[in-house]
Amino acid sequence: MRKNVWKSVSLLLIALCIVITGCSSDNKEKTNAGTDGGANTASDGEIKVGILHSLSGTMAISEVSVKEAEMMAIDEINAKGGVLGKKLVPVVEDGASDWPTFAEKARKLISEDGVATVFGGWTSASRKAMLPVFEELNGLLWYPVQYEGLEASPNIFYTGATTNQQIVPAVTWLLQNRGKTFFLLGSDYVFPRTANKIIKEQLKAEGGELVGEEYTPLGHTDYATIISKIKAAKPDVVFNTLNGDSNVAFFKQLKDAGITAKDMTTLSVSVAEEEIRGIGVDVLEGHLAAWNYYQSTDTPENKTFVENYKKKYGADRVTADPIEAGYDAVYLWAAAVEKAGSTDVAKVKEAAKGLEWDAPEGKIKIDGDNQHIYKTVRIGEVQADGQFKELWNSGDPVKPDPYLKGYDWAGSLSAGN
Amino acid sequence: MHKRLMSRQRLWLLAGYAAAATALFCAPLFLSDFRLNLLAKFLAFAIVALGLDLIWGYTGILSLGHGVFFGLGGYAMAMYLKLEASGGRLPDFMDWSGLSALPWFWKPFSSFGFAFAAGILLPALLALVLGYFTFRNRIKGVYFTILTQALVIITVTLFIGQQAFTGGTNGITGYGKLFGQSLASPDTKQMLYWVTVIALIAAYALCRFLVKSRFGKVLRAIRDGENRVRFIGYNPAIYQMVAFSISAGLAGLAGMLFVLHVGIISPSMMGIVPSIEMVLWVAIGGRGTLIGAALGAILLNSAKSVFSESYPDAWLFFMGLLFVIVVVFLPKGAAGLLGQFKWLRRRRAKHGEGDGVHYPAV
Repeated sequence: MRKNVWKSVSLLLIALCIVITGCSSDNKEKTNAGTDGGANTASDGEIKVGILHSLSGTMAISEVSVKEAEMMAIDEINAKGGVLGKKLVPVVEDGASDWPTFAEKARKLISEDGVATVFGGWTSASRKAMLPVFEELNGLLWYPVQYEGLEASPNIFYTGATTNQQIVPAVTWLLQNRGKTFFLLGSDYVFPRTANKIIKEQLKAEGGELVGEEYTPLGHTDYATIISKIKAAKPDVVFNTLNGDSNVAFFKQLKDAGITAKDMTTLSVSVAEEEIRGIGVDVLEGHLAAWNYYQSTDTPENKTFVENYKKKYGADRVTADPIEAGYDAVYLWAAAVEKAGSTDVAKVKEAAKGLEWDAPEGKIKIDGDNQHIYKTVRIGEVQADGQFKELWNSGDPVKPDPYLKGYDWAGSLSAGN
Repeated sequence: MHKRLMSRQRLWLLAGYAAAATALFCAPLFLSDFRLNLLAKFLAFAIVALGLDLIWGYTGILSLGHGVFFGLGGYAMAMYLKLEASGGRLPDFMDWSGLSALPWFWKPFSSFGFAFAAGILLPALLALVLGYFTFRNRIKGVYFTILTQALVIITVTLFIGQQAFTGGTNGITGYGKLFGQSLASPDTKQMLYWVTVIALIAAYALCRFLVKSRFGKVLRAIRDGENRVRFIGYNPAIYQMVAFSISAGLAGLAGMLFVLHVGIISPSMMGIVPSIEMVLWVAIGGRGTLIGAALGAILLNSAKSVFSESYPDAWLFFMGLLFVIVVVFLPKGAAGLLGQFKWLRRRRAKHGEGDGVHYPAV
């Protein structure tokens, strides 16, 4: 018994040591970076910026790449001498695919670490969870993923597309080029439901016809029933807002059911280069996607971006829209800080109005009113090499319109806002 | 001799309580707003752990569904806060989801009294109903545990599917005021911390009272030999139902406090993973001891915060290591370590709660 006591005590000591090392390394970081005397005054050659993505859990597979692109942008900026002559020091936190954790970590980054800005989030749920924290503490969040719109927080910059830069033009293009009957398929959460609500209004206004609408829980993998329904409904277009693993199951089973891209058009808004790698190009070849950027987008900036990304993270890696949007976010923030001469949130926001930058996707510009980005819309077709071939683009960057105020048919959507 | 020993133990015990209470009451002096907020959240978790310990540690029923009860409490409070924040207009997510009028079951939640009562009674009632159909039919052990898991899946699917009424995967967030006071202000935060401390102490006192009472003795008897209890003439089902219901009510209370501290409730807080996590707090802390369960919740969550802040890429490994260490070397949890001290052991032996407590397999 006595022996047991010692055994347990010594083990508890080991555990304690782990905790203490954890704390002390934390403290070291703090004193190191804490010498600048807090966030927005950063006077000592360093500016802390927060990076808050899911590094564990179901979203990690998507978000880790965005985090890497942001780290790369920070490294590049530091190599060129930093911002305002100061080095950027990233403080990385794990949102763990859990929305309350995103809120907790955002609060920690702003109030404990005193970061000048935060780059982070992927799911709408994580953004909605962080939004009150950023508004309460007057922080600054750069959110890099296309989303369902109907939001414009004064403390968030949205560097991904809103609906009128992805979904709405895609539907118009499909109606003109592929047919009038639509089948809507999505994962059961906010983005697909809101997106489909918008699409249904648009179909009504532009002469399309809805022949089916189905939702499956996130992570759902059995699409046999839905594919039979699609076969029965014979739509011209399946508009796919499935997210994550479900895409793998859906496209494999679609191919097994004998439906290929030649028989029916499928346009996805959450399938990018990275997902093609996961799903397998053989089942996706010929299917469509709508984004603002592809790895194959032909600009000199993109050539360097893809080259550097591969050099840093491996030749087998691919870039994709959210990865590029995360990369853009860091540069846009840095440019705004340079212009403002300060990291103060109000000054940075003021300086960011109308700011232009040559991004890998082409010229982008911050809209001063809603803090979204002017972006070029691109519809691409999956090729045998896992890359997209651009079928159509909008030519000029499209002005962001998160509440779809410029569309008559969308009147009922933004009611009350 | 006995008397003197007793008084010395009492003294120790009182000193322990005093130290814990002082630590809780002095925390606002030493901690930053953010850390205090975190601690308050952990204290709310400790309330869940107390309730779980009542049902698992003392009654021998493993529930892997407490996330649901926690979530129901959280949603009740969040509905009140959301209505308060919307100020008579339709909450924003209903707007997106195509509702044009407030659903009838949302209406009473504009009253704080109703929301508060619902936050405790709704989970308690649900547990009572579930308990009625299971315990009365003598469904126990693994079968009961599986049923609680099913409850979790059903509830989460329902909440995600009914986006217009529940906010879907986003949950309910984006509210800032309680009784006209901004939830963001440090004063309100400190106030809420005190409320949580008081709630935790009250929950602890309630559980302790229950455990020490005749009721608690029957619970332990059920844990150690349900059939014997039945043969003696008790109806175990009633005791199990009541214990399960109280446990669910405590989880609901904790859920309400959680929402006030964190500002969001979503189905991800009531899913399978959080439900299992809650059981882990009790297991690691030491089931069958109230203080162990509460400590387990606080320690594990602190560890999670510290590890994930220091090693955002590898913190899960450290958590795993911690679990392995405790499971392999401290089968009775952290509180078991306290029990190694001689005087406590003697005291326990006197009360007939020696090392020989056997938990039925779950």
